[in-house]
Amino acid sequence: MKTSEALAEQPGPALQDFNYLNADYGIRSWLFTVDHKRIAILYLVVITMMFAVGGIFATMIRLELLTPKGDLVDADTYNKLFTMHGIVMVFFFLIPSIPATLGNFLIPLMVGARDLAFPRINLLSWYIYMIGALFGVYAIFAGGVDTGWTFYTPYSTSASQTQVIPTVFAAFVVGFSSILTGLNFIVTTHKMRAPGLTWFRLPLFVWAIYATSLIQMLATPVLAITLVLLLLERGLHIGIFDPKLGGDPVLFQHMFWFYSHPAVYIMVLPGMGVISEMVTCFSRNRIFGYKFICFSSLGIAVIGFLVWGHHLFVSGQSVYAGMLFSLLSYLVAIPSAIKVFNWTATLYKGRVSWQTPMLYVLGFIGLFTIGGLTGLFLAAIGLDVHLTDTYFVIAHFHYIMVGGTIMAYLGGLHFWWPKITGRLYPEFWAKIAAVIVFLGFNLTFFPQFLLGYMGMPRRYHEYPPEFQVLNVLSTAGASILAVGYMLPMIYLMWSMRYGPRASANPWNATGLEWQVPSPPPTYNFDEVPVVTEEPYAYDKPERRVA
Amino acid sequence: MAKLLFFVPEQASTVAPQVDLFFFFMVAISGFFSLLIAGLIIYFAIRYRDTRPSAEARRTDDIEDPTTHGHGEAPIVLEIVWTAIPFAITMVMFAWGTSLFFTLSRPPAGAMQINAVGKQWMWKFQHPEGVREINALHVPIGQNVKLTMGSEDVIHSFFVPAFRVKQDVVPGRYTQAWFRATKTGTFHLFCAEYCGTQHSGMIGWVTVMEPNEYEAWLAGGGAATGGQTLAQSGERLFSERACNTCHLPNGEGRGPSLVGLLGKTVKLEGGGTVVADESYVRESILNPAAKIVAGYSPQMPTFQGQLTEEQLLELIAYVRSLGATAGAEGKKP
Repeated sequence: MKTSEALAEQPGPALQDFNYLNADYGIRSWLFTVDHKRIAILYLVVITMMFAVGGIFATMIRLELLTPKGDLVDADTYNKLFTMHGIVMVFFFLIPSIPATLGNFLIPLMVGARDLAFPRINLLSWYIYMIGALFGVYAIFAGGVDTGWTFYTPYSTSASQTQVIPTVFAAFVVGFSSILTGLNFIVTTHKMRAPGLTWFRLPLFVWAIYATSLIQMLATPVLAITLVLLLLERGLHIGIFDPKLGGDPVLFQHMFWFYSHPAVYIMVLPGMGVISEMVTCFSRNRIFGYKFICFSSLGIAVIGFLVWGHHLFVSGQSVYAGMLFSLLSYLVAIPSAIKVFNWTATLYKGRVSWQTPMLYVLGFIGLFTIGGLTGLFLAAIGLDVHLTDTYFVIAHFHYIMVGGTIMAYLGGLHFWWPKITGRLYPEFWAKIAAVIVFLGFNLTFFPQFLLGYMGMPRRYHEYPPEFQVLNVLSTAGASILAVGYMLPMIYLMWSMRYGPRASANPWNATGLEWQVPSPPPTYNFDEVPVVTEEPYAYDKPERRVA
Repeated sequence: MAKLLFFVPEQASTVAPQVDLFFFFMVAISGFFSLLIAGLIIYFAIRYRDTRPSAEARRTDDIEDPTTHGHGEAPIVLEIVWTAIPFAITMVMFAWGTSLFFTLSRPPAGAMQINAVGKQWMWKFQHPEGVREINALHVPIGQNVKLTMGSEDVIHSFFVPAFRVKQDVVPGRYTQAWFRATKTGTFHLFCAEYCGTQHSGMIGWVTVMEPNEYEAWLAGGGAATGGQTLAQSGERLFSERACNTCHLPNGEGRGPSLVGLLGKTVKLEGGGTVVADESYVRESILNPAAKIVAGYSPQMPTFQGQLTEEQLLELIAYVRSLGATAGAEGKKP
């Protein structure tokens, strides 16, 4: 708390009387806003609710797995729990998380623009998200769905008796929100950069979001096509995926992963962008290898399109196809490794302060490294045979999605919280929460690597008793993790009213977003800023006093 | 080594030690890099920790002496080194993992043939001698066993952790897996591809027996099937369904002769060839018009929906038995 107060007293541009939060009042002023910052808040509210819903499903899954027998819920309910956990977390939380909240809020500020290129389309994408979410929530209340978030055929088209159609439709609809958001970011980055803000002066967060937007625009339509075909197959039996009708069930897997593997990068690239911003700021150091991080984002976006077949190593696809996908999967690992090395080197000879966002950075680098390295196990085709569809895979992708993306998201939320709300969060509690999240996460998911190698298959309601000890550890970890997630929800909300007021630039950070008041006025910049130098010039004195 | 580590399942097949060796190689490499990165960030975070007492002190300090810190320009050679080294290491992983996969995915010639059918929510197995079992699979030790697997409904996956073998079982086609057991005992059999309500109940045991015990077990189980081998059951079906009215062994029927068919390269009507494997025979029964043998016309009716997966596998066993007994004769014309 002490640090926060000290920061609050820093000089900065005078606080303005009017900002985007108090410029207007009432529910209409929010629901009809075209201000990117308010739309970011709208997203923040709903995706936080979605995160809570997905978290409740996760809690029930972990409680059920406390014992080998299926004693808390019955098999059908369990199958619905893991399905809806996956669908809610992937489509309604992780994919929109950083782009739609932090991206929406920050992209115009970071490029020195007054708003995104298409403010109304921005609002439209929120409404499309909401329509999708309503279908999703309807499907949950109408009995839920049990196909697994991957909707594999022919189970989803002919065997499942659950709410497949509204759920698939929900995922179909929400995809358009993602496409439009990506479109908006791409056009904004190309056309609305402030004078002097060349491509290589862009913050790395903008680069990361730009790469993400490319994937959103190019991959999501394929998901839409796939889901429409799935709906037609289930409703009208057109015979694309069902072998009884002459279709091919593995074709669905190819089409699904053609989107859903790039979607992994939709989920993690923005997190990498957040980390790049924070690691420089809290090391008081310029980023190590700026261009290498830029191009590694683009490299991931491009190669990420060519690796989908590594989800199909045991599906019966040709041995030679498997070999090629294995090779390409190793290639996509290289840009991620480059990023990790560059972040690590950024600390070198810096002035490292252990503020909350930095704790998340350090946690992210560690967890993402483990998540990435275990991906190499799964890319090894001969080893994947044993590991695929076991808890090893569950652990691996949670290290990326939760250990990576959610750590970055929480870190970013803390980092930009003063800018978004104009208030400082309580540093003491935030540090406690960051440590709890890190420890709880590892206790939850590390045992699952071991369970996977032992051979425990994923999506199992009941399991042989020899797997129990590790499952108990995992459930214990999950309860710690839940505390770690609830703390920020409490103190961040508390800080909106009681937190000390934030100056324009409480972290003494570079970047155009820190040159406008906190919270920013509706149109961000009174005058169009002119950029004269590279980003992250933390070792140049004139930039350190904003 | 494996005994000491509780999370390594029993090594009960020839490939299991190979997979484990590769796994420990991967653990060593990734352990090294995890510790390297973790060690560096912890060291840097402590070594370069900003210890100045207050934000105000940092501010004035930074202004007065900006040169006290900073790594300067990133040397390009470092970027090249930490791109090239991981690349080289991953290529080793790729080569090793792929060669292991070639071993895993190519059944050795002359392997003992067992059929498996997955259906919600059970595993059915057919031994060539005609013995059938459900959620249990008995195999002899030290013998190559090749599984030909089909599904009655949705996708399942045959997974025996102790063998390090997993293969999806996909409706509409056959997939294959093979193993050679090296240890007697019973081992978990799991369904690894989510298949509905009782997915976690679609489990069973693989029992590996000494060859003589296996023979005794087979002899004891034979009575349950009326004493017919799989091929004999197939032959009975072959005449019950009147397949034999067209598919005459001398090649003069309305359909091509099936003698020596399996494994043969077949010329198709309209050009092209196909290797007549189990999936081809299955397809030709269910969808006869899909691939017509050169010189014949599409007049065979479909048997889609009229034969179970197990009956199809019996028919294939019969066709295979034709190849075994009359393989040389089939090559004459």
